[in-house]
Amino acid sequence: MRNGVLFPGGSLEIRIDRKTFNSSQGDLIVLQDVALAIDPGEFVCVVGGSGCGKTTLLRIIAGLEIDYEGSVSLDGSPVTAPGLNRGMVFQEHRLLPWLTVHDNVAFGLAHTPREERTEKTRHYINLVGLDDFEYEYPHRLSGGMSQRVALARALAGRPEVLLLDEPFASLDALTRVRMQQELLRLWQAEKTTVVLVTHDIEEAVYLADRVVVMSSQPGTIREIVPVGFARPRERTREDFVVVRKHILDEFFAPEVARPSALDIRD
Amino acid sequence: MSAAEQNHSIAWKDSAEVARESVGSQKEGLVLPDWLLGWIIPAGSIILWELLARTGVLPPNWLPAPTSVARTIYDMGVAGELWKHVVITLARVAAGFLIGAAAGTLLGALTGYVRIACKLLDPLLQSLRSVPSIAWVPLFLLWLGIQETSKIALISLGAFFPVYLNLSAAVRDVDPKLIEVGRLYRLNSFEMIRRLILPAVLPQYIVGLRSGLGLAWMFVVAAELLGSSSGIGYLMVDGQMTGRAAIIFASIILFAACGKVTDWIANVVGDTTLGHRAR
Repeated sequence: MRNGVLFPGGSLEIRIDRKTFNSSQGDLIVLQDVALAIDPGEFVCVVGGSGCGKTTLLRIIAGLEIDYEGSVSLDGSPVTAPGLNRGMVFQEHRLLPWLTVHDNVAFGLAHTPREERTEKTRHYINLVGLDDFEYEYPHRLSGGMSQRVALARALAGRPEVLLLDEPFASLDALTRVRMQQELLRLWQAEKTTVVLVTHDIEEAVYLADRVVVMSSQPGTIREIVPVGFARPRERTREDFVVVRKHILDEFFAPEVARPSALDIRD
Repeated sequence: MSAAEQNHSIAWKDSAEVARESVGSQKEGLVLPDWLLGWIIPAGSIILWELLARTGVLPPNWLPAPTSVARTIYDMGVAGELWKHVVITLARVAAGFLIGAAAGTLLGALTGYVRIACKLLDPLLQSLRSVPSIAWVPLFLLWLGIQETSKIALISLGAFFPVYLNLSAAVRDVDPKLIEVGRLYRLNSFEMIRRLILPAVLPQYIVGLRSGLGLAWMFVVAAELLGSSSGIGYLMVDGQMTGRAAIIFASIILFAACGKVTDWIANVVGDTTLGHRAR
């Protein structure tokens, strides 16, 4: 609880000069010259097609990928490994099937005293609206519910930064919209810094303070679009549609010379 | 369960009930529960068998009446002979299973977890597996003598492979995505094993243990048939030598019953261990 504010988010300083993956055809450049500073409590969405390295970018921030040229720092200290100050939600819920919802949410709290752990766990289960399912096993949950548990698990450690890798991509359209609203509510409650990766432009414009538009091969930042208007946002309002169209056009605008046309897997 | 899924399951239940009702109304007067249907043919056969044996159609030294098989078991039980043989067989199965399962667990975990150990050991073990296990008997007898050691070695061998194969594969197949979750929460190697790998492999490990136990029972029969002076298998050989078919039948029933009971126990223990998780 710095500055008396409830769990403020962390600030991120990202500078990735080059990230390559080995492949049979030689090294593939996945990310190149990606520089981005994210303010505490900011909600940033990264949009791009498959293969633009957006997932890799998130994994670097999470500390899951450490072999790259450049540096990422969180509140001024360099990121070299995964840490409890960052929470992550993947495209799949990745819940442990042998644990109940409660124990899944409590998974990262092993070193917290028992009473505090139970209390925190209950708090986050309540926050994602799953009180009635606290002792259910994941196979009894729907996709949306599982993803909410994953969100609660990521939040339970009270991370400074929440990293979301296409968290709603596998959900149906209606559930997805509801989850986006939930996420905004959670973000406003927790004041965490959020970096969300998506290929859904509408999702990005609906959620983000700034939308980072990425291009592929190699993945690099094309444009950073600030989304100024107030929340809750109306998807059909003119300003929303204009921003959406602008980002969409950005994708289909002629590109500057591409260095390679190798097929990169995301 | 989501609302949609609930509706779905209700709809499903409805149609199942409708189906059941329609079956019931079509076959009035002849509604038997399934468990009873399953008993009709076995019970009928036993009655027929009993009748044929009593009337002398079946020679008693060839196919003794079920009642005389039951009498044989009862008499041996009263005389105390039965328990001696059952206990020695159970002890052999227990010892062989424990040794085999322990070795299977050790090597399975090692080859599953350490890639180089897998490359070194797995091809050898896989090729040993293709040797029909009974083919080891002469070698075991030569090395370990005709006493208990060779029998227990044979049973251990039987129990070893299912445990080894299941555990090794299970450890190798632990979802790397779940391992990554462990990395995110900064688990050390020990916690990674205790909190992720062990629970992840448990269901398949239990499957391996259960089939290891089943094979231990198969191998104890072989071990006891091939020279022993006690155990249910010995009873069988004895019945064969002395031409008493009732004893052979009694032994078959004892093997089946003991195997069934231990499997049932293993099943209950396994289910309790796994709890309510998805299986």
